[in-house]
Amino acid sequence: MMDTKEKERIQQAFREKIDYDEIMNCTRCGFCLPSCPTYVETGHDEVHSPRGRIALMKGVVDGDIEPSEEVKRSIDLCLGCRACETACPSGVKFGRLLEQARDAIYQSNNQSLPVKLLRGVFFENLFPYQNRMIGLTGLLGVYQRSGMQKLAQKTGVMNLFPESMRTMEKVLPQVPKRKEMKNRPRHLRPLSEQKKKVAFFSGCLMDTIFMGTNDATTKLLQYAGCEIVVPEKQACCGALHGHSGEVNQAKEMAKRNIEAFEEAEVDYIITNAGGCGAFLVEYDHLLKDDPEWKERADTFAKKIKDITSVLVELEFHKLPLELPVQIVTYQDSCHLKNGQKTFMEPRTLLQSIDNVDYVEMKDASRCCGSAGIYNIVQSEMSMQILDYKMEQAQKTKAKTIVTANPGCLLQMKLGIEREGLSDQMDAVHIVDYLLEAYEKANGIVASEPVHA
Amino acid sequence: MLKQEVKDRFISIVGEENFVDNNASLLAYSYDSATQYQAIPDGVVAPRNNHEVAEIVRVCNEHKVPIVPRGSGTNLCAGTTPVEGGIVLIFKHMNQILEIDEENLTMTVQPGVYTKDVNEAAKSVGLFYPPDPGSQHISQIGGNISENSGGLRGLKYGVTRDYVIGLEIVLPNGEIIRTGGKLAKDVAGYDLTRLYVGAEGTLGMITEATLKLIPQPETKKTMLALYHDLEAAAETVSAIIANRIIPVTLEFLDQSTVKVVEDYAKVGLPTEAKAILLIEQDGAPEVVERDIEKITALCRENKAFDVSVAQTAEEAEQLTSARRTALSALSRLKPTTILEDATVPRSEIANMVKAINEIAAKYDLNICTFGHAGDGNLHPTCLTDARNKEEIELVEQAFEEIFAKAVQLGGTITGEHGVGMMKLPYLHMKVGEAGVEAMRNIKMALDPNYIMNPGKVFARERVVVNK
Repeated sequence: MMDTKEKERIQQAFREKIDYDEIMNCTRCGFCLPSCPTYVETGHDEVHSPRGRIALMKGVVDGDIEPSEEVKRSIDLCLGCRACETACPSGVKFGRLLEQARDAIYQSNNQSLPVKLLRGVFFENLFPYQNRMIGLTGLLGVYQRSGMQKLAQKTGVMNLFPESMRTMEKVLPQVPKRKEMKNRPRHLRPLSEQKKKVAFFSGCLMDTIFMGTNDATTKLLQYAGCEIVVPEKQACCGALHGHSGEVNQAKEMAKRNIEAFEEAEVDYIITNAGGCGAFLVEYDHLLKDDPEWKERADTFAKKIKDITSVLVELEFHKLPLELPVQIVTYQDSCHLKNGQKTFMEPRTLLQSIDNVDYVEMKDASRCCGSAGIYNIVQSEMSMQILDYKMEQAQKTKAKTIVTANPGCLLQMKLGIEREGLSDQMDAVHIVDYLLEAYEKANGIVASEPVHA
Repeated sequence: MLKQEVKDRFISIVGEENFVDNNASLLAYSYDSATQYQAIPDGVVAPRNNHEVAEIVRVCNEHKVPIVPRGSGTNLCAGTTPVEGGIVLIFKHMNQILEIDEENLTMTVQPGVYTKDVNEAAKSVGLFYPPDPGSQHISQIGGNISENSGGLRGLKYGVTRDYVIGLEIVLPNGEIIRTGGKLAKDVAGYDLTRLYVGAEGTLGMITEATLKLIPQPETKKTMLALYHDLEAAAETVSAIIANRIIPVTLEFLDQSTVKVVEDYAKVGLPTEAKAILLIEQDGAPEVVERDIEKITALCRENKAFDVSVAQTAEEAEQLTSARRTALSALSRLKPTTILEDATVPRSEIANMVKAINEIAAKYDLNICTFGHAGDGNLHPTCLTDARNKEEIELVEQAFEEIFAKAVQLGGTITGEHGVGMMKLPYLHMKVGEAGVEAMRNIKMALDPNYIMNPGKVFARERVVVNK
């Protein structure tokens, strides 16, 4: 429980950090309500709606209410999917308000011990340091390969963890070896006539646990006619920090990235993780009060492009693409859709593959409940949201659920495992799917990445 | 604050999980879409059926606790702001479509059903529920009935009132009554159904409604006409009606509205036009074809510089949904958006638009106008900042003049938003002091303890307004 002093501190922080003009832009029209997964899943509780959350923020700033546990819970339970931004005719930037509110609450550091530990491990000690990410992922690899995983699963030691984490442990991909993660390509030539020079934002999770997907991404870019540089000095995008109230750390990482990519002199900076992309695209906002960085951040942000978007621009979908006969469906990455406004491109690409029948699932744009570390810290709501999602996915009779973000991908895999559907359904990242389709259609045997 | 005894009784009626009074929940039910108003209730109660509603009402009547029934809180008149405290009653458990009767062409619903779901359920069996208020995808039918909501199709099909033929009502004394029925004709006594439609929750609680459905029109066509000046557009509206054509939709948007709507919806609205008419006609294909042709000719005769008909259903849908966003999109320009709905006989549209522009100029205010020109229901919308007290003062003066002008032209102070708290000071302008007194007498007879949504429509005591 929070004591009075703590509440006063939070209230003061709300006054300092919340953009009041942005709050005033909310007309309380309620158009956001049906778009909000937590509003729907709580049986239409206004407290857990975007309009309600904005009213709560305003209430705290105005001093109408104190920042109670219930207020905090409302802010905590938000997925940050930003579907409300897409629905909002007034253009309220809810994601920013949410970050400001979380910043205000968490700078005061009043979290439960396990959450504090988890956040400390993830935000301060892990994501900022790619070598530590590699180290940890390496350990995971040892765990998976040494037989320890089998042992752990057999002995039931995993039952000590929350359900979402337990299942997550099962569905994590086989991670690459430490040596492979350390020896990453830095410059790649196009494999067709050169059309663009791009830089690849490799991401911390993507370049370790999902290294294979990163390789597929650069391969697709090569086939599509891109020269690619992968700046070595790049850092984690900082999204997980920013979304969870650790803004100062996010800013530090933004600066490192801006510097790293300025040297590359490219047309675009490509991402393959919707969550990272949406945060990178807002670096200009993140650093708006820093005169030295504002303009550089702006230039950086304008170059950000999702892999699906650049592929459509380079007409990759008009190349031969083919897979065995199957139904496929697509789960939007909230931040790709609501943050980067990339909605049609993944669908265009999937619909261009021969033999593949694209079936849109109902509410494909509704968050899957992954939402950063939400599925760990808000496990119950996350699983409730996932149940709905899987129900819709199953109705399409799809063999493959395609996603465009690592968090969504793991969540979909988790959903498939939970529903006991592993033998009929699979979840893949769109680039892996596209690469397979391209190589099959062009009779290419899957090969090692082509280094410069 | 609710007495512990009262709270305990609520909990024993609805169960612990359906009564909340923590500060976050109270704040979240303290407002509606009339942003200038806010008042914290003492509790939020979610009954599961009509009997629970009746029991709650009895407790409230006994202890004189105000009750504010609330749908999704999208009304624009501060109709669900709990200004005198008490409890907010929500209908999240009473949200079922109970029956679609395809022989009698009726649908029976609970109050918590979304308007859009009513529309879609009707459509799925080839029937049609025409009322479509701007917030239909989130508004609840109970709220629509209590506010007698309008929408874009009012001109041809009327408003919510015209489609409610039966109600189940919990009276302020806790009695449950049923009015009307699946009947086209019913003159048994006073028409209580009509009394309760648009009563803004001040006379009792609606717990079930029987809605009238009509056959789904075969086809629909949507068109746009662009003008270099406002009056020409308004004159076209009068000309269309004078030529014995009743389009389903005849919407008017001025240039500033068009600009923001286009900025939000990006459907290719021509932002260079000073005024736009969005016109729709539905019905049998040959009738639609003929009407659209005639309307096109009338638009041109009245100096439209461009007239175009939507080529596909998607294109048409884009245009109408863009229009629906007008209000919220306008709010992008300034922090505070004050929207009114002064309404005049449609023959006076041109005069009214002209008067609004003159009044805006006189007070140096930014007033954009859009609305349902076909039924004379305009939405002059003032873009301002609630923090600028001086300007807000001017806004109030300007709107008072706009209302006076509307009434002078034979119109009303509110066409579809309701009185609530926002229009309460102006009600006498439309209905007269004796009219207000008659309403007050009805209220006194049915709700002597003033528990039902107090502080709305008119003041509790008779106040003589001297200005």
